Amino acid sequence: MSTAIKDLSQDRQKRMIAGHYAELSHAKESGRKVVYTFVPGNLTELLNNLGLLPVLPEINALQSGMRGKTGDYIHIAEKAGHSEDVCTYVKADIGMLKSGNLGPTGEPLPKPDLLLLSYTGCFTFLKWFELLKREYDCPVVMLHVPYQGDGRITEQMRRYVADQLRDEVIPALEKLAGRKLDYAKLRQQLALSAQAESDLVWVLESAKHKPSPIDAYFGGVYYIGPIFTSFRGTQDAVDYYQLLREEVEQRIREGLGPVTPEGTMHEEKYRIVVEGPPNWTSFREFWRMFYGEGAVVVASSYTKVGGLYDRGFRHNPDQPLETLADYCMGCYTNLNLPDRINLLEKYINEYAADGFLINSVKSCNSFSAGQLLILRELEKRTGRSGGFIESDLVDPRYFSAANIKNRLESYFQMVEAKRARS
Amino acid sequence: MSQLIEESPAATGALAELITRATKLYEDLEFKTVRDWKSAEPSRRAIGFLPVYAPREVIHAAGALPVGIMGGGDQIEIVRGDSYFQSYICHLPRSVIELAVSGRLDAMEGFIFPSICDVIRNLSGMFKLLLKDRWVHYLDLPQNFDRAMGGKFYRHELATIANGVTALTGIEVTDERLRASIALYNENRRALADLQALRAQRPWLVPATEYYLLQRASYLLPPEQHTAMLRDYMRLSSQSARAPQDNIRVMVRGAFCEQPPLGLLRTLERAGCYLVDDDFVLGARFIPEPLPEQGDPWEALIDGFLYRSLPTASKYDLHADKEAEIVRRAREVRADGVLLIAPSFCDPALLDQPMLARALEAAGIPYTSFKYAEDTGQFQVIREQAGTFADAIKLWGNA
Amino acid sequence: MDCFVGIDLGSTTTKAVIVNDDGRIVGRGITNSRSNYDVAARVARTEAFTNARFDMLGRALEQEAGQDAAFTAALASNYRLECFLGQLQRLEDHCQRDLDSDRYRDDRRAMGHALEVILEGVRRDAHAVYAGNASARSDFFRDLAGASYIEHAAQVAREGGPAFDRLVGLFDRNIIPVENEQETRGFEELLLAALGRTGRANPGVATVLQRVAGSTMREVSAVGTGYGRVRLPFPKENIRSEILCHGLGAHLMFPGTRTVLDIGGQDTKAIQVDENGVVTSFQMNDRCAAGCGRYLGYIADEMNIGLHELGPLALGATRRIKINSTCTVFAGAEFRDRLAAGQAREDIVAGLHRAIILRAMSLLARSGGIRNQFTFTGGVGRNQAAVKALGEVASDNYGTLEINIAPDSIYTGAIGAATFALRSAGSGVSAN
Repeated sequence: MSTAIKDLSQDRQKRMIAGHYAELSHAKESGRKVVYTFVPGNLTELLNNLGLLPVLPEINALQSGMRGKTGDYIHIAEKAGHSEDVCTYVKADIGMLKSGNLGPTGEPLPKPDLLLLSYTGCFTFLKWFELLKREYDCPVVMLHVPYQGDGRITEQMRRYVADQLRDEVIPALEKLAGRKLDYAKLRQQLALSAQAESDLVWVLESAKHKPSPIDAYFGGVYYIGPIFTSFRGTQDAVDYYQLLREEVEQRIREGLGPVTPEGTMHEEKYRIVVEGPPNWTSFREFWRMFYGEGAVVVASSYTKVGGLYDRGFRHNPDQPLETLADYCMGCYTNLNLPDRINLLEKYINEYAADGFLINSVKSCNSFSAGQLLILRELEKRTGRSGGFIESDLVDPRYFSAANIKNRLESYFQMVEAKRARS
Repeated sequence: MSQLIEESPAATGALAELITRATKLYEDLEFKTVRDWKSAEPSRRAIGFLPVYAPREVIHAAGALPVGIMGGGDQIEIVRGDSYFQSYICHLPRSVIELAVSGRLDAMEGFIFPSICDVIRNLSGMFKLLLKDRWVHYLDLPQNFDRAMGGKFYRHELATIANGVTALTGIEVTDERLRASIALYNENRRALADLQALRAQRPWLVPATEYYLLQRASYLLPPEQHTAMLRDYMRLSSQSARAPQDNIRVMVRGAFCEQPPLGLLRTLERAGCYLVDDDFVLGARFIPEPLPEQGDPWEALIDGFLYRSLPTASKYDLHADKEAEIVRRAREVRADGVLLIAPSFCDPALLDQPMLARALEAAGIPYTSFKYAEDTGQFQVIREQAGTFADAIKLWGNA
Repeated sequence: MDCFVGIDLGSTTTKAVIVNDDGRIVGRGITNSRSNYDVAARVARTEAFTNARFDMLGRALEQEAGQDAAFTAALASNYRLECFLGQLQRLEDHCQRDLDSDRYRDDRRAMGHALEVILEGVRRDAHAVYAGNASARSDFFRDLAGASYIEHAAQVAREGGPAFDRLVGLFDRNIIPVENEQETRGFEELLLAALGRTGRANPGVATVLQRVAGSTMREVSAVGTGYGRVRLPFPKENIRSEILCHGLGAHLMFPGTRTVLDIGGQDTKAIQVDENGVVTSFQMNDRCAAGCGRYLGYIADEMNIGLHELGPLALGATRRIKINSTCTVFAGAEFRDRLAAGQAREDIVAGLHRAIILRAMSLLARSGGIRNQFTFTGGVGRNQAAVKALGEVASDNYGTLEINIAPDSIYTGAIGAATFALRSAGSGVSAN
């Protein structure tokens, strides 16, 4: 991810990520095995424990999007027979693969030695790996994570996931690594996960301050970087979140608003909760439409896709497999629609938001199907104004800047007019 | 209706009556059939299920009528349904919401949403919010096909469904009741398989629209009535004077959820394609073979789903060899070509398409593809495409 | 007089409205947006000010000189004729200069002669048009002059003059600078010229004219809105979103309004307002323009009839046909398919109208439904078949409703903007 925030913590994150890509680029020489896997419901601790290197295709896609490459990639995939109707993460990844699979460093990413389909809350992930399986001649291991259809995790669901971990996923990873999983080490890793998670939650909840010292969406996507990718359960992540927390504490002491690409935001005019992923191809421009109007995002659901930590869940070292199961099942997109609404409602109230915005993304039906009902329900329950805009993850054809800006301006002015009236 | 009969000049008398009955069932979006069935006995309950597959035996054994909810087709005007969905989401959930908020689904006390895609999954949550007085269950079908893991999990899912329906009917699902329901549905499976075989052998006796209507009837009628209807149809149609036409034999894939309108099926056949195999109304024959009627009936259902169900894009078996399967099936039904169709914005079908297309290409089986919606109103492009496809195969043996 | 200006820079037309310090609308102006937003805003604004002066003039003439409204109307027509002739003169000047260029080296004389004949014809037409009720025709110089020019050019070409294409090319090249230039004569000069054409004036009229022309109209503040609003040379606080302006405008026209539906050429808006005209919720159509006014335009093109003929045609329907796609891309194909299937034109067109309304209903439902009173604005509001379909569908779903339709709803956004200008300047005015 290109840097928009210039803080020590951000430097540190950059170094961590650069280090990871350096390892990836030397994976074949160093003999390290590479596992492709997804962010929501990832099993990073297990991979690290066994010395396996993760590659996250949706991170590749979003980074390609930020670098302006996805327009071409998507075109390549569509020419190869992929429908214009389907997820552009998938098409960007396929297009990238067909263009030499160059990573953000400009070097080719190593091929997978295993596809680990541990996923949460999105059926397209399964199709994605079905497609990749046909591109790479490598084994696939699958973890079915049941959905919280009834709004809870039952003992049977937990058992089912833990059984799969024990009997299928771990043996496959061990086989690839050529060694046994070190459970003592896993417990230590999970303790580190929990520690970093607590600091992340502290940072996210700092947005309850007025003015908020952070932007929990545009800034938030940087903050979740390490813990959502390959660093959960590492000392690096613990150090990063500690440093980040200290920086945010400092901002609160100084009464500063969030960091933006154009420096600190001065006046907090609107406090907004956002539902839905951001657009990556015009990320900066999209962000500017917010801070340019004095709008700060105080809470977002997107920053919970790789783990929902602010409702109390922490990885528990005493029950390694069950806690991984709970983690997977607890990610945001694995919540049923009523619970997503409940969560957003709490955010709007707890963070004293002026309103909420839904960025409805064409690619992602997991997020998008039902968002118009979310809009209605939240307006009804909170009395706060809801806004609705449409874009896409990485399809530049689907980001109409003038259109989105027009709606956002109208929305912010409406919030202001309503506020002036009351 | 009258239109349909005109197109099948050989359909007269009892056969015509039967088709009329099936058509009325298809058009029954008020679910009057279900209301009538219920009114015969005040304790009767009905459970709706969405595409693709739900274990109807369990619902039946708990004393409720399983009713397939397949959208509104091209028959209902969407007034409110559209307001819940963005333009890039398929059509089926719009009409299902329209059916729900207009009260047409009031005949059902509960709903089951099988885990086929993100849209249907989220629709289950919408139902929970919009129909608060009804039982709404998301059926998480296993994606792990090991009996000890996926099977065990599925057993809990089946129990949850049994308990949910029992709570509405007061009828406990005993092993005995479940075995009886399996036996009843086995009869239906046999009849459907016979119809399928008849159509594959002599497709002129079973026009696509009729075949479709007969399958759809299984989603409204109690199984024994539906089985009887199928048997009657096969007898009457075999006696009819319908004659073969110079059509090619095609297999259709991709229509397992949102259904093509009847006009589209008619268009394909008129364009010169006999549909000798398809995945319309797939849930009715998702497990095509009869299940064991002895032993543990739960195990029979679990085994049926894990090891005997048909492959489809919305069944997430990562280890399945779908390429080999589509080629095998195409050869088995002696298909001259394959139509890879898909509802617009249908993730599973559209994401599967490149894989299937590649397999067909490698096997030298001609195919063509197009998109549709349940309310597609114009078929001109499809007519030409299918016509060209058929002509090319007739002339040169491939497209 | 203190004036507060609202400018609505739409994608097709630019509107300006002036309100006085009582909030009464005193002037309106409209022009096509062209490619040049600055010019469009200036033209619309000038026209609104002219319109405001005529508003003032009409009152003064009636009270002080005993002239009735018909006189003022005739005066206004002649005023516009003067403006038209002024523009025509500038067009001629540009064309003459152009004729001196190399392009016409070989047929300079023939072209020059043809131009004279054509423009003489255009002048004659203009007199005839403005002698009748000019407002019945398009207000835009380009349209009015262009249509007449083409007619006469065709005739000249037929009669052995230069080729038609060559004559039209001359017009096309020179109309753009004319549109972007301002009238050099002032209001009073134009008015007196118009008076000369009107004749039969009571004594004292000239005095009233001069006084009104000389009175100051002070533009206290201006607010811009519409899709092109960011292009207006206004400070940010004087820019309002079209949603807010539209909501307020509808409230001002019909104070009982709670829900507003606006179907324009390119977009559709559903707006909920409170008892003060403050927007509480809104929805706009998504990226796809399906179901907007443009869709009807495609259908009219497909049928080779005028857009205004669609509504009356649809009202003649006898059967209800369900049209499923309001996609502009497929509009023509669907229409042809249905005709081929033997369906009646009237029925198909009525079905298309209903489809558009159903699509709008979904936006309305998203924004919070329809509450009484329901105000319908935008170009499609002039289409009786659309209004009828809306009435049916709305009452089927939301019960009995009072539906407001304003004849000049095209100014809704500009009225809102002008009122925002008045309100934001509120304290400043009272201090004066």
